Amino acid sequence: MSKLVLEKLQAKLGDKVLETHSHVGDDTALVAPAVWHEACLFLRDDSALDFDLFVDLCAVDYPQHTDGRFEVVLHLYSTTKRHRIRLKTRVGDEEGEHADLDSVVDVWSGANWFERETFDMMGVIFRGHPDLRRILMYPEFQGHPLRKDYPAQLTQPLVAYRTEEDAGMILDKIAPFGGDEGMAFGRKWFDPPGASPGTGNKGGGAS
Amino acid sequence: MEPIDLELEEGELELPAEPMHLNMGPSHPAMHGTVRVVLELSGETILKADVQIGYLHRGFEKMCERGTWTQVFPYADRLNYVSPMLNNVGFSLAVEKLSGLEVPERCQWYRMILGELARISDHLTCTGAMAMELGAITPFLWWMKAREMVWDILEEETGARLTHSFGRIGGMAKPPSPQLKELIHGAIPTILHLVEEGEKLLLKNRIFIDRLENVGIISAHDAKALGWTGPCLRASGVAYDIRKSHPYLKYDEVDFEVPVGARGDTMDRFLVRLAELRQSARILLQCVERMPDEGPVNCDDPRFVLPEKMDVYTTIEATIQHFKLIMEGAKVPKGECYSYTEGGNGELGYYIVSDGSGTPWRVRIRPPCFAVVAGLEQLITGRMLSDIVPCFGSLNMIGGECDH
Repeated sequence: MSKLVLEKLQAKLGDKVLETHSHVGDDTALVAPAVWHEACLFLRDDSALDFDLFVDLCAVDYPQHTDGRFEVVLHLYSTTKRHRIRLKTRVGDEEGEHADLDSVVDVWSGANWFERETFDMMGVIFRGHPDLRRILMYPEFQGHPLRKDYPAQLTQPLVAYRTEEDAGMILDKIAPFGGDEGMAFGRKWFDPPGASPGTGNKGGGAS
Repeated sequence: MEPIDLELEEGELELPAEPMHLNMGPSHPAMHGTVRVVLELSGETILKADVQIGYLHRGFEKMCERGTWTQVFPYADRLNYVSPMLNNVGFSLAVEKLSGLEVPERCQWYRMILGELARISDHLTCTGAMAMELGAITPFLWWMKAREMVWDILEEETGARLTHSFGRIGGMAKPPSPQLKELIHGAIPTILHLVEEGEKLLLKNRIFIDRLENVGIISAHDAKALGWTGPCLRASGVAYDIRKSHPYLKYDEVDFEVPVGARGDTMDRFLVRLAELRQSARILLQCVERMPDEGPVNCDDPRFVLPEKMDVYTTIEATIQHFKLIMEGAKVPKGECYSYTEGGNGELGYYIVSDGSGTPWRVRIRPPCFAVVAGLEQLITGRMLSDIVPCFGSLNMIGGECDH
């Protein structure tokens, strides 16, 4: 049952299916970004596949990948055939630029908010999306927080913190996150140039 | 003070013809404090609606990338804070799927018991809050009383009423307490009685029925395309319950039904939740029958499960194991997996990516109510302003889960 989905997808798209695997029972296909929309339409409309339930769309950041930094991951389910698939594609260069992908809102209307979230969190731009704006963060927010090069302790206050001169007194506020917070746990932490930890506004005159 | 001279002849006074804009929320009692709906109204009819979420965004996924796998459990609690145990169990199952672990039988029954208790509390809160927003405060208070009884059991088991942080990779934090079965046998009849009493007040009330019936109808096709799951999808007539379609734990061994609705309106969503609550009670009683009183709860796998405290203090091997697990974290094999369970609101999915270290590379939660709330715009466009309250209430939007 499950192999059928991958086989049919490969028969349809040929060498545009770059990679498939079924690790721990999850059928996965990595396709070229150019056929993303075509693959989605095929998965929905083919009567033997019939993926009618849109499950999830998200992106994963792999700064070490050279062939596309962001992996956009789509999960689908068919309520009639009771099978699942994970469809992936890779977009964006090492700087996180040119991360464009066709929107699939016209295939499943539920993709709307999920694509907005992926744009908000990772900065993947969906071509043809009806209303691509931030959804979880506020409109003034700069950057994309789930990228690995976005420091977790960075704060972006909408109203700047008071300085000690403005307040006319000594402020001993505690910053929400310290530069040494968070644990690397043996992994070499990804430190991009120009975004050293601790550049966040520490608030008040504490820094 | 001079009178305002409008220079209007009688009969010429016109009302403005352009639509009125109205902000509903975020601080509106029916919006659960975390959603804003920007409305364009013509009279009381909604022409356009823009649902804006994100007021409770806390960077859950970013925080998960900063600790060990076990340190995700407290965060998972705070996603759906009405049924935290289901999130805990869901995350345990996701990590266990990637690591190839299977917990002992006793633990599987135990997880089901705790999960179904959480589901009862979830449905009681949603239906009760919805009734309260429509003006019926008595059933809400009664159902909160029933929820208190559920929470008393959970408190007895886990030590916390709301945020239990009770799941672990390869087991649970503690074995079931000896009085668990007795507590459940004592509480279930009272809870069901309270539910019935509240239901009688609501389902024979003309006002309540009129505000729910034929309001916020969604077809099965639309609901599936929107990614709806759980009670909301089943109210539209699609019998998709993960406990039945893809059984995990021991759900294939218990007897229960999947209630479905016919029309997909707000009333159906309300009734499906109440029917599911009774099925959960049924599952609970079967689990209590079948859960063994003796036997291990945690896997016997030193790579993931902490050793006995007594051994940590007395043997060097256990001390080292304990140190490695706490300081470096359990090393989950490299790879990716998507694990899905039936949460209170629908399919609660975890897509986890591990790079083989003790820290998650990516923890993506697929919150069921994110997809459901995305459909709110479709439900209310073209309806009256007052229909927002029952429609929104029936979706059971939980801020923590929806906003990550």
